[in-house]
Amino acid sequence: MGAQLRVYRQKIKSAQTTKKITRAMELISASRIQKAQQRVAASGPYSRAVTRAVSAVATFSNVDHILTTEPEKIERAAIVIFSSDRGLAGAFNTNVLRESGELAARLRHEGKEIVYYLVGRKAAAYFAFRRRDAERIWTGGTDAPEFDTAKEIGDTLVEKFVQPASEGGVDEIHIVYNRFVSMLVQVPEVVRLLPLEIVEGVEAPAENEVMPLYEFEPDVGDVLDALLPVYIESRIFNAMLQSAAAKHAATQKAMKSASDNADKLIKDYTRLANNARQSEITQQISEIVGGADALSSK
Amino acid sequence: MAEIKVSIVSAEREVWSGNAKQIIARTMVGEIGILAGHEPILAILAQGEVRITGVDGQLVTASADDGFLSFDHDIVTVVARNAELT
Repeated sequence: MGAQLRVYRQKIKSAQTTKKITRAMELISASRIQKAQQRVAASGPYSRAVTRAVSAVATFSNVDHILTTEPEKIERAAIVIFSSDRGLAGAFNTNVLRESGELAARLRHEGKEIVYYLVGRKAAAYFAFRRRDAERIWTGGTDAPEFDTAKEIGDTLVEKFVQPASEGGVDEIHIVYNRFVSMLVQVPEVVRLLPLEIVEGVEAPAENEVMPLYEFEPDVGDVLDALLPVYIESRIFNAMLQSAAAKHAATQKAMKSASDNADKLIKDYTRLANNARQSEITQQISEIVGGADALSSK
Repeated sequence: MAEIKVSIVSAEREVWSGNAKQIIARTMVGEIGILAGHEPILAILAQGEVRITGVDGQLVTASADDGFLSFDHDIVTVVARNAELT
């Protein structure tokens, strides 16, 4: 077997092995998307109920609460970045990191100091490589987020938010995550978590519908105190679930194109290998013919 | 008798939903019983159980820690991180 032919055969083998791996990963994430999507859907009623209640309290009662009032001067802002633990997901992590970079630039331009909170190993590695500091990092479990992690993140954020800026607290909290739109589309999204900006879930009261005037138990302040951490947690949990679903979708897409590329490579190399084999045979024949001619003409 | 729509949701999923005649829950300041036509209310729940009397008189109990209850337009939502039927 000629040297050239052997090289092509090796390349075909290697592409086939890679394809087996990428195909397996594609199938695995395809099956996980289903589950992740179901979890997003299942947590829907909770976050809707919480959002509705918070907007009811915040919009239809006149209370000043630390979590809803805008501070006069914002000195420090926190950015929470939701990335994934594992790569091989196309532009998934790049997108969310770029988006947070843009947000950071904008906030810095407004004269705010920035502290980072990171979720997922990829964001942690990105920061470590650039020697940037992060206030806190949560890794592990981005594929199947636990509510306890969301609670921990929420508690940390609310605690920092309640602290005055002079003691290292933050005045503003932003989250950046990938939102699952469809199997093919995942968009990085930036949301300002605190001070509250409730946009979704607030239906403007219809003309003939009177917005309920709630009675609060024990009273408005206490209700807000109890509700807001819950609201923050549910938003964070939702971001984590969205991000997990988006990650699986991105992996599936990336692995599908990797498998397709492997197919193409295998095809190309097979053609080249056939060519090489054919020309080897042709050469052998002409050598034999030439040798026989030389012998017979003696 | 008028009915109220009840749904109990936890962080992970909707635990129970259905129609009921009456719902009794423990709030921070004491037990509250709600029938159809109650005024809109938002209450913080204390540890304890929520008892729902279904339309057919069947009793459903659920534990709801760390949650709240909202009622308006004859729709009750019991929201708690860890809600479970007991």
